[in-house]
Amino acid sequence: MSANQAHAHAADSIAEHDHHGPPPGLLRWVFTTNHKDIGTLYLWFALIMFFVGGALALGIRAELFKPGLQLLDPHLFNQFTTMHALIMIFGAVMPAFVGFANWLVPMMIGAPDMALPRMNNWSFWILPFAFTLLLATFFMPGGAPAGGWTMYPPLVLQGGSNVAFLIFAVHMMGISSIMGAINVIVTILNMRAPGMTLLRMPLFVWSWLITAFLLIAAMPVLAGAVTMLLTDKFFGTSFFNAAGGGDPVMFQHIFWFFGHPEVYIMILPAFGIISQIIPTFSRKPLFGYESMVYATASIAFISFIVWAHHMFTVGMPLTGELFFMYTTMLIAVPTGVKVFNWMATMWRGSMTFETPMLWAIAFVVLFTIGGFSGLMLAITPVDFQYHDTYFVVAHFHYVLVTGAVFAIIAGAYYWLPKWTGHNYDETLGKWHFWLSTISVNVLFFPQHFLGLAGMPRRIPDYALQFADWNMVSSVGAFVFGFSQLLFVYIVVQTIRGGKKATDQVWEGAEGLEWTLASPAPYHTFEQPPSIKEDSAHPGTPLPAH
Amino acid sequence: MSATHPGYYIPHDTRWPIMGSIGLFALLGGFAMLLNGSSSAPVVMIIGTLILVVMIIGWFGTVIKESESGFYNDQVDISFRHGMIWFIFSEVLFFAAFFGALFYARIYSVPWLGGEGSVGATTGPLLWPGFEGIWPTNGPAEIGGAFGTIPAVGIPLLNTIILITSGATVTLAHWALKKNQRKPLCWWLLATVLLGLVFLYFQGVEFAHAYNDLNLTLESGIYGSTFFMLTGFHGLHVTIGAIMLLVMLLRAMRGHFTPERHFAFEAAAWYWHFVDVVWIGLFIFVYWF
Repeated sequence: MSANQAHAHAADSIAEHDHHGPPPGLLRWVFTTNHKDIGTLYLWFALIMFFVGGALALGIRAELFKPGLQLLDPHLFNQFTTMHALIMIFGAVMPAFVGFANWLVPMMIGAPDMALPRMNNWSFWILPFAFTLLLATFFMPGGAPAGGWTMYPPLVLQGGSNVAFLIFAVHMMGISSIMGAINVIVTILNMRAPGMTLLRMPLFVWSWLITAFLLIAAMPVLAGAVTMLLTDKFFGTSFFNAAGGGDPVMFQHIFWFFGHPEVYIMILPAFGIISQIIPTFSRKPLFGYESMVYATASIAFISFIVWAHHMFTVGMPLTGELFFMYTTMLIAVPTGVKVFNWMATMWRGSMTFETPMLWAIAFVVLFTIGGFSGLMLAITPVDFQYHDTYFVVAHFHYVLVTGAVFAIIAGAYYWLPKWTGHNYDETLGKWHFWLSTISVNVLFFPQHFLGLAGMPRRIPDYALQFADWNMVSSVGAFVFGFSQLLFVYIVVQTIRGGKKATDQVWEGAEGLEWTLASPAPYHTFEQPPSIKEDSAHPGTPLPAH
Repeated sequence: MSATHPGYYIPHDTRWPIMGSIGLFALLGGFAMLLNGSSSAPVVMIIGTLILVVMIIGWFGTVIKESESGFYNDQVDISFRHGMIWFIFSEVLFFAAFFGALFYARIYSVPWLGGEGSVGATTGPLLWPGFEGIWPTNGPAEIGGAFGTIPAVGIPLLNTIILITSGATVTLAHWALKKNQRKPLCWWLLATVLLGLVFLYFQGVEFAHAYNDLNLTLESGIYGSTFFMLTGFHGLHVTIGAIMLLVMLLRAMRGHFTPERHFAFEAAAWYWHFVDVVWIGLFIFVYWF
């Protein structure tokens, strides 16, 4: 039968490539379909964007160091706040997590690569072009978008040349995210090694399966929202114009229907990373594996019915205010399950405190602080005081910086030996941790006080009574920002050399990726491993030898 | 359950994605330039479109060649199926945003502008005294001037029948393919494509009628906005679906597909049914009620 021959031919052509490493030259990175290469591209892109967005943040904090206008004129300040958010969300945090997914999901489930390797390449390579469009607006008449990353009309539509570029950049990021998410879902559902049942998957894989679903459901809604902005600005529609029967508040509803799942898109993979690290350094299996899965799924579901808690002060019927207050508080239940499970995992474990574990523990503590301030914000009458103050800024930086970014850094230290084949410098890693963790709290904790005292967000100047804590916060910002250069130094140093890492790397590490050589070979699991369940360790499959 | 990896085809080195990125960059960047009044923008957009067209033909061409050469085992087939399902799911959510805008305007913002409810009572009469929040409307400022609407019975009903019929013909084509009856397969596919084109023709007639005779335009307030954006995006998707089915027809005529393996055909058919379902939503909520 010709199909059989063809099949054999296909197998041959794969075998031909089996023992090839990556092709030489820089174009390898442009044409690659290898999940490890693409993961690396995502991670480097995210790191670069982290520093671009960070530079903008330092501009903001420099201006706010003391009252009065000194460095940035107010319009440029607004451009900085807007672009800082867009870059950090779409350019740094999201691509970093996709980078982790690319590197780890196939290795964790015993797959030879992502399910759709060409599309995987495209998902990444749209991003540099999207950010070229976005960053180019800085050099246009009227400058970059300055109406806030939430793009509320009518303000955002008054932006001059940047409006169309902003909208198309967001479209491109959306296309990239949707294709990336489709690839992750298909890989997890279709590419698992035999015996890798869903409830044997590592929790990182579970968290990404659910995140990918959120992405596919949320990003098209954002695309619709910005398309309406485009036609309102350029083609005479009245979606957000009350004179034509539309409503500017409608944009906020559509935007936050995307925006709140987006928050969980940026934190669920972090939960996944932390759920891998804590068991390793506690030398105990994760406590309550299945409850972790259900909690993650519950958070994802509830995330679609809480969006209007971003809009309590905008003018909603009382029933709406109450509904969104209760659903928002409900999210604390599954999130609490996760935090308690992490603590129970550490309880009476043989804990050691290598750098990834330090970041993970800091994540649990500091993310929980962000969660509690979120609960405070969820209370509608209280939110009328907090809305658009620095309390909100403090809240979401605790969940995004000491939450998402800390998890990314924790994961980077954790898997760096597997990726590079070398151990990083533990002393420097600890220095990086302590510098960052102390400075980040100096940076963001005072912002709670500023917000409670009434300092509004997104302003370049402020009343004198806010001066002291702003100065403290700015000092923390510069220490935190420059501490990250140490991270770059450590990563580059680890790539270039260092102590040879063992295959398992960490004494307590379990899971398929630790059965591979360090560094992981260019192609892995072309023959699927067979998985047998270790009944004492659900969620940490062992390969059957 | 996914059985195996051996033989799971993993392509090496691909030029198409970077081409797609450059094309998309030129097309959308050029469009943004156009909206800012740049005179060189059309050239940039045309170059971007050409690059995208070459990319799409090249990329799908490569995949078709690999498929016909038998590189894809059942597991690859399943990957494609999952991928297409989730892609359609994302499209559903894109339309959901516009349906959401329609429902929000009709249920909340327009009645509020007319002074209804606790929100409307405090603002509506103060801002827009005398405005009655009744659908269809172009708002209290009557943006775009007085307009007429398209009755559901007429072209929309005719188009509903056409599109549902085309959903049946594509199913008949599928049945023919599964029985390996090549001729009926091609004829039913051709019928589907033609019905799609007829639908688009009528949609064009309807738009022309709206613009020329009813003064119903994209600028007719919230009614015109939701009407043309929903039907317009739907029409765009019908066009894409018709092109997909046309490619399937050409492939069927070249002898591609077997009764057991014809994922591309099924993907195009799924897409067509999706477009069909969206239309039914449009017919009910845009034209009828």
